Amino acid sequence: MRGYAVPRMGQPVISVRDLVKTYGKVEAVRGIDLEVGAGEIFGFLGPNGAGKSTTISILCTLVRPTSGVAQVAGIDVLKDPSAVRARIGLVFQDPSLDGQLTGRENLDFHAYLYGLPAVTRKQRIDNALSIVELTDRAESTVMTYSGGMRRRLEIARGILHYPEVLFLDEPTLGLDPQTRNKIWDYLHAVRTREHITIFMTTHYMDEAEFCDRIAIIDQGKIVALGTPSELKTRVGGDVITITTPDTTVAAEQIRTLMHLEPTQIDGTLQVEVPDSASFMPRLFSELSVPISAVSARRPSLDDVFLKLTGRAIREQGTTALDTMRNMGRIWGGGRR
Amino acid sequence: MTEQVQVLAVPSRPQARAVNVRGATLRAIYIIWKRDLIRYWRDRMRVVASLAQPVLFLFVFGSGLSSSLRGSTGGFGGSGSSLQYVQFIFPGIIGMSVLFTSIFGAMSIVWDREFGFLKEVLVAPIHRSAVAIGKTLGGATQAMFQGIVILILAPIVGVKLSFLGVVELIPMIFLFAFALSALGVAVAARMRTMQGFQMVMNFLMMPMFFLAGALFPLGGNLPAWLSVLTRFDPASYGIDALRRTVLTASGVPARTLDRLGLSIFGQPLSVWPEVAVLLAFGALMLSLAVYGFRQRD
Repeated sequence: MRGYAVPRMGQPVISVRDLVKTYGKVEAVRGIDLEVGAGEIFGFLGPNGAGKSTTISILCTLVRPTSGVAQVAGIDVLKDPSAVRARIGLVFQDPSLDGQLTGRENLDFHAYLYGLPAVTRKQRIDNALSIVELTDRAESTVMTYSGGMRRRLEIARGILHYPEVLFLDEPTLGLDPQTRNKIWDYLHAVRTREHITIFMTTHYMDEAEFCDRIAIIDQGKIVALGTPSELKTRVGGDVITITTPDTTVAAEQIRTLMHLEPTQIDGTLQVEVPDSASFMPRLFSELSVPISAVSARRPSLDDVFLKLTGRAIREQGTTALDTMRNMGRIWGGGRR
Repeated sequence: MTEQVQVLAVPSRPQARAVNVRGATLRAIYIIWKRDLIRYWRDRMRVVASLAQPVLFLFVFGSGLSSSLRGSTGGFGGSGSSLQYVQFIFPGIIGMSVLFTSIFGAMSIVWDREFGFLKEVLVAPIHRSAVAIGKTLGGATQAMFQGIVILILAPIVGVKLSFLGVVELIPMIFLFAFALSALGVAVAARMRTMQGFQMVMNFLMMPMFFLAGALFPLGGNLPAWLSVLTRFDPASYGIDALRRTVLTASGVPARTLDRLGLSIFGQPLSVWPEVAVLLAFGALMLSLAVYGFRQRD
């Protein structure tokens, strides 16, 4: 049995050519090319407003592209949107469950809309509930669910009609780290059990580690595409962070004496070195300015983003909309 | 997560997908309707609370006016009639319940939009008409139940209803509810936010209620302008049909009903033309509702 981590590029499930979407003068997506293989978990990463949601909406036939071609499950999103919709599952950014219905009733609703055959309907719903471990709570109204449980139910609903691709737009937004990790466990379980391709967006860089491949998108364009480890090797080794009272002199000395290019972030200096163990002693002996702290770590995707775009991914000051969304998740989600 | 992932079960994927478009639409209509009913049953407090207004109208407003409207011969329906005002407005109050529940029911679409649930419906591979029809039937069924519940009050206000009379009333209440729900869905399909809701209340529901002759006879000496307006209110036909059926069943003579009831160019209407008006209005509104959902999103 073939591992999924290597995408079968012979038969891409999603293929996008030169995709452009403009809203008036705003260019949300500026020419994206992309292929996602069957069974991949593909992450679409970028800061808010980078074009992630627009792209995912085009692939889900919710938004028409200005130009370019997008195919999902071999079908052009413009030519036959309803055929595409029948073959994809969706987990939206905002909650879309009915809080007054039970978990099972929400799934039942979905099963009817997507025409699941009557003979297997109940079995399939039981099956989906067990994947996300909600069997015990199936008969409670969704109103009583926690934010994480609602997300899990939405995942179960997204896969209910045997879609070929499951799209998730920021599925972990507003959840605490522990719950986020749990959601990832469930997504991997879904992939394993359902033979499904997962396409998701996130602006949490650390989550990209869970993906087979990721595309980093910034200002409507893909700036990097590959496996997380491939992208990390682009940083070129370990990342050393140096804190010193005189960053200017230290930067100058690192440049001239050690032939490295440091970046200044928040009053510290960062350099990439192939091997941190042999670099540290040199650092202390060659620099004339005092060093108050130094640390070394393996590169993260934040470093990749920093290197590619020249700025740190904004761990955004939450916008009013995000706050509302979170409130909605915590309090509402269909409560009337 | 290891590189080698074992596939436990490959589901038979190519389902009965869009094989039968009509079947898919019917299933979608059914489940959208069923969801509305589940929510209705689950929210029993609302059912009880929604009885408060009709009870107020019947027993406070109705009984209050009954005493002052009692003519010299003791009846509301003119000389020789024993019809009480509270009996006269009883079918009107059924109509009020149906009207309010229908429009409120349809407005749940706007809630669904606000809370995101509508998205789940709109991205499904189904015909948009299923949404309009399902919501209309869902609202109509709820409104029908609300109307039937009012019938329980009949003995208290002295309206005698036979079992057969009730059986006759149910389809009529449903038709009335259907026409009004279709109107509500046609409006709600075009509404973006709950802010528009107050507008609907003030400029649609209340005028429709007051013009429908729920509380006063349309056959009386109304000013010409008012008389014309009431004839343009679809609810007038529904309430008049209900009134003729309910009061005939409790033995009020047709002569009295013709004098109090809806007439066009001096010609009293009967139940069947009124049913036809409701059917036509309902069909028109339903097509506008379907069109409204096709246009948007």
